[in-house]
Amino acid sequence: MRITQGTFSYLPDLTDEEIKDQLQYCIDNEWSVAVEFTDDPHPRNVYWEMWGLPMFDVPDASGVMLEVAACREAYPVHYVRVSAFDAQLTRQTTALSFLVQRPPEEPGFQLDRQEGPDRTIRYTLRGYASGSPEGQRYGRGEG
Amino acid sequence: MSSEAEKKERWSAGVHSYASMGYYDADYEPKDTDVLACFRITPQEGVDPIEAAAAVAGESSTATWTVVWTDRLTAHEHYQAKAYRVEQVGDTDQYMAYIAYDIDLFEEGSIANLTSSIIGNVFGFKPLKALRLEDMRIPTHYVKTFPGPPHGIVMEREYLGKYGRPLLGATVKPKLGLSARNYGRVVYEALRGGLDFTKDDENINSQPFMRWRDRYLFSMEGVNKAVAATGEVKGHYLNVTAASMEQMYERAEFAKEIGSIIVMQDLTVGWTAMQSMSNWARRNGVLLHLHRAGHGTYTRQKTHGVSFRVIAKWARLIGVDHVHAGTVVGKLEGDPATTAGFYDTLRLDHVEENPAQGIFFTQDWASMPGVMPVASGGIHAGQMHDLLNYLGEDVILQFGGGTIGHPMGIGAGATANRVATEAMIKARNEGRDFVKEGPEILRHAAKNCEALAVAMDTWGDVTFDYASTDAPDVTPTPTNA
Repeated sequence: MRITQGTFSYLPDLTDEEIKDQLQYCIDNEWSVAVEFTDDPHPRNVYWEMWGLPMFDVPDASGVMLEVAACREAYPVHYVRVSAFDAQLTRQTTALSFLVQRPPEEPGFQLDRQEGPDRTIRYTLRGYASGSPEGQRYGRGEG
Repeated sequence: MSSEAEKKERWSAGVHSYASMGYYDADYEPKDTDVLACFRITPQEGVDPIEAAAAVAGESSTATWTVVWTDRLTAHEHYQAKAYRVEQVGDTDQYMAYIAYDIDLFEEGSIANLTSSIIGNVFGFKPLKALRLEDMRIPTHYVKTFPGPPHGIVMEREYLGKYGRPLLGATVKPKLGLSARNYGRVVYEALRGGLDFTKDDENINSQPFMRWRDRYLFSMEGVNKAVAATGEVKGHYLNVTAASMEQMYERAEFAKEIGSIIVMQDLTVGWTAMQSMSNWARRNGVLLHLHRAGHGTYTRQKTHGVSFRVIAKWARLIGVDHVHAGTVVGKLEGDPATTAGFYDTLRLDHVEENPAQGIFFTQDWASMPGVMPVASGGIHAGQMHDLLNYLGEDVILQFGGGTIGHPMGIGAGATANRVATEAMIKARNEGRDFVKEGPEILRHAAKNCEALAVAMDTWGDVTFDYASTDAPDVTPTPTNA
């Protein structure tokens, strides 16, 4: 399966040039940009690991692309996303967030059904990969 | 009311003009704490417009048809509403009357009370041919007595983990007649295909062909299967509209127990019921959607009723997370400038007076969270550039027929809508002129997505191009830069 989190998951994976264009749009809007990674893409896993601090006041997208490349190299089979943050009053929230890397194989999620009384069902989502310890969920990659 | 003689005259028994009783005061300067209203009045022939405006002020505040001595037991001038400005609309028989109400006239945090004054008796008043409440300025002092949306736009996005694009939905069709099992199938297919939300229609409550409890259970099976298949948070608006509050609470509680992240209610249940549901939604962490069923009976005609921009303000105050606010391009009423005024009213923290968009007063929201506007009714993927241009990013685009009517199936319809949305956002962010190049951007995206290509072939030429009945009087003059 293909996890469709993030703003552009229904399009073909963005090329680096296309990613750079999106980052430039964020910078032009005076949003800070952060790189994050995880091997637990459960939709309720809000806090992906931070690849350093969010980048404030970066002059252009090239610098951010270097960080994206470094994160990919360190975590070649993790999910990697970039998120832009709008600190403006009344927003103060994420403005754009999209995947820039996904593992070569995505096993997806198992849906557990716990049958309750009166035909009710409790649903629980479990990533097929999340049974393995952190760091070993999608293989170790080439590195 | 200057001389002693005039003062005496004011209290002599009988019928006096409203203006002479103090309900018109051209010198009155509205206080920051006043509630202001702008009415479009059409006086009966021979009725002086100033007297008509004063009568509206009187009948929507303290006055009755004759002098009563018991007024003199009160600080009556404080409680009297004052018409302070009356302007003819072009060369029509209509006038805009601006009326100020002291904040003391209204109970804190009660739209029921506010509406009973402002639109209570006065709309049936005989000396007027027609009356329309165009806009209101709610002072921040009064805004702060309302709780606002249970979650609001920012919290909803953080809850869903979805940013930077319009959210996508679909109303399950046909509106009536599906069994619960078939209904849940539509929910699953549409969410699995790429939508964020599906929705009960306004009139799907608990009929003989499908009782509410069965619908809820099958819908949640569809929602959870789609969440597992995509790794995204998704939801189905379960309509809790019912004959009594007890039944509404029962349905909402059950929806929450089986894990629904959102419920919906119809405008037809009334302001008090809606406010109760808002309290419930806040207490239980469930998003609250409002369908504006019935509003067209009083919002659409330009000379009589209540403008939707006022309804939008009241909805934000009582607190809903979503409300239907028009599509511009779809099958239902919606002049572009007027609709932009509704969207600003729902989403922004500060809205400047802007007659070209029908905004008669500057409104401050004192950081009250925004309401997500919902565009629903006759829209399809081929209009994506226009939708993004008119409605922006913080909006829920609901494609009912435009999803379920897709020739390749419901899932394909959903995918077409999602691909069109993402492609248009991507192009906009890249700095392209997406309005002009819209069709080309969509055709390019369709090369990688057969579902979108088929959607465009099916609906590409469908437009609903009719004149609006509810357009602003003021049209902006084009400037030569």
